[in-house]
Amino acid sequence: MTLLTDKPRDHVDPQSTVGAAPEESRAARLTSFEVSDFPVPNGREEEWRFTPVDRLGGVFADEGDDDREGDYAADYDVSGVMDVIAQTALAPGQAPRGTVLVPGDRGAVVASKHTTEALHLKLEAEKEYAEPLRVNVHGNGAGRLSSAHYVVEAGHHSKALLILDHTGSADHRGNLEVIVGDGAELTVVSLQRWDDDAVHLGQHDAQVGRDATYKHIAVSLGGSIVRVNANVNYQGPGGDATLLGVYFADAGQHLEHRSFVDHNEPHTNSLVTYKGALQGDGAHTVWVGDVLIRKEAEGIDTYELNRNLVLTDGARADSVPNLEIETGEIAGAGHASSTGRFDDEQLFYLMSRGIDETNARRLVVRGFFADIIAKIGVPEVVDTLMAAIEEELAADMGASA
Amino acid sequence: MTTLEIRDLHVSVETDTGAKEILRGVDLTINSGETHAIMGPNGSGKSTLAYAIAGHPKYTVTGGTITLDGEDVLEMAVDERAKAGLFLAMQYPVEVPGVTVSNFLRTAKTSIDGEAPKLRTWVKDMKGAMEALRMDSHFAERNVNEGFSGGEKKRHEILQMELLQPQIAVLDETDSGLDVDALKVVAEGVNRVKENTGLGVMLITHYTRILRYIQPDHVHVFVAGKVAESGGPELANRLEDEGYDRYVQAAAV
Ligand SMILES: Nc1ncnc2c1ncn2[C@@H]1O[C@H](COP(=O)(O)OP(=O)(O)OP(=O)(O)O)[C@@H](O)[C@H]1O
Ligand SMILES: [Mg+2]
Repeated sequence: MTLLTDKPRDHVDPQSTVGAAPEESRAARLTSFEVSDFPVPNGREEEWRFTPVDRLGGVFADEGDDDREGDYAADYDVSGVMDVIAQTALAPGQAPRGTVLVPGDRGAVVASKHTTEALHLKLEAEKEYAEPLRVNVHGNGAGRLSSAHYVVEAGHHSKALLILDHTGSADHRGNLEVIVGDGAELTVVSLQRWDDDAVHLGQHDAQVGRDATYKHIAVSLGGSIVRVNANVNYQGPGGDATLLGVYFADAGQHLEHRSFVDHNEPHTNSLVTYKGALQGDGAHTVWVGDVLIRKEAEGIDTYELNRNLVLTDGARADSVPNLEIETGEIAGAGHASSTGRFDDEQLFYLMSRGIDETNARRLVVRGFFADIIAKIGVPEVVDTLMAAIEEELAADMGASA
Repeated sequence: MTTLEIRDLHVSVETDTGAKEILRGVDLTINSGETHAIMGPNGSGKSTLAYAIAGHPKYTVTGGTITLDGEDVLEMAVDERAKAGLFLAMQYPVEVPGVTVSNFLRTAKTSIDGEAPKLRTWVKDMKGAMEALRMDSHFAERNVNEGFSGGEKKRHEILQMELLQPQIAVLDETDSGLDVDALKVVAEGVNRVKENTGLGVMLITHYTRILRYIQPDHVHVFVAGKVAESGGPELANRLEDEGYDRYVQAAAV
């Protein structure tokens, strides 16, 4: 589904795009550790058709990081994960690295190859981590190539929150590989707070253990081009995955989120919810949500939803849900997707009660995000997000005044 | 004492085939404490008049004036009109997802008064007003108009009127969609505000039944974009018996 706001179209019925099954099953999509298996995309590939690949510059390069004497392309502050860093970093192919994440595109394969030492985080079984675990990634310059790979192993029945916070600027490609042990509860937040000229490609793959709960929250606010793919499969029945995304794109920004839930085990649940606002000329967001319900995945329940709020003309939101169902024995499967313009009737209603335009807009936009913010449930992330939304709105008011 | 004065008002709306004139010279004067019933057939322009007073951007005033105590209302932005003391209870109130009634009301009250209401009295006032309108207190935590029944939306409009305390209120078919009990509750609400604040009311309606509970001082027959006849309460009874045919035919000539 595509919405071009300069055409007067308020709402596009997602049903119109969903009936058409994807050309090939998501299960057949190539994954590989070989760089040569993934030529540099030209934008005509199905998976890259929404992405401005011509603006991606060096991020696809089969080269190591642009580190200089005493000046790294990106700095990693790991003080917030000291307790859980494993003794040795993981080389490519060194298990558990590579057991869950096999690169699915050019960005991920070069990230994999050029991250010779992956940060390995091991969360102790049955341990509840009261404080959030935090890795701060700071890019030290636009266009500087930086690669990352993290392996997170959450021991069985552990409970933790991990925040990956991205700031500064770089041509960054980062892989995140997550193993959620049986009965564990893990939340991973990926914050994209980059400067305006950053590029970020990310593949975040998780395997959810028996009766385990996994939550992945992507919050994309900054960056020139951001593309974060959150993928999940299961390692036993009873697993529960929630993939959330919140984004706010302004002029010239491209924010893309893809998700893939592979229901490969029976009695597993998934809930995918992405919500975004767009403002300014050339603001572009993309959401592609794939769900595959395999033959053996009886009794599963899945729902995916994407909503976009277009605040100004000249912005564009693409939204594509794909649901592939190989078994009839499911508890539930549904999806919804819509893109709407800012509603002037809402604005009029609020203003007719004395609320000035700035505050009325604020109320409407905050209201739009209210339900997903409630779902996020991580106060620290919610505060950051609310502040960022206020800032974006204030910038808009300034621009239009 | 406040006076809303509408003189020779002409309003058009932008359509696919160009501007279409809907109001064709409306004259009306409403003073504090007075209730004016506006009655007219579907499509005669009653809601257009209401929206034009509130400043809806879809409607363009092409001639005439609206003043509130001599101040030019047409010069004011939508929120400024509300701050000046005008209120419109809408025929079709709008849903605002994610914004709770309590947040909405408090934000509106703060805007109108220019300062946040004292928390303790505010909560008391809100509870009291909701009780009087037989609205369950859980409505305060629901999103504005989302999933409200037709009748609940109308009560919510009157709740806002009670709390915001305007000088002049336009009630656009607040009676439609209400059963008799709800109608009485809403009418009581309007009468209460009139008594307490000397509110002036423009009551737009199709039917006389609400006029049994809210006594009009003046009745105006609205046809083809203007006032065709004005009179006292007895005019409403005549309309009930005879309908609008006479006026519509006259307007068509
Ligand atoms: N946006 C619009 N585009 C085209 N025509 C419009 C628009 N808004 C109003 N109209 C027309 O203007 C006329 C008056 O409409 P209005 O809603 O004011 O009538 P009304 O008297 O309130 O009717 P009702 O009793 O049904 O509420 C109608 O013919 C209506 O179709
Ligand atoms: Mg009407």
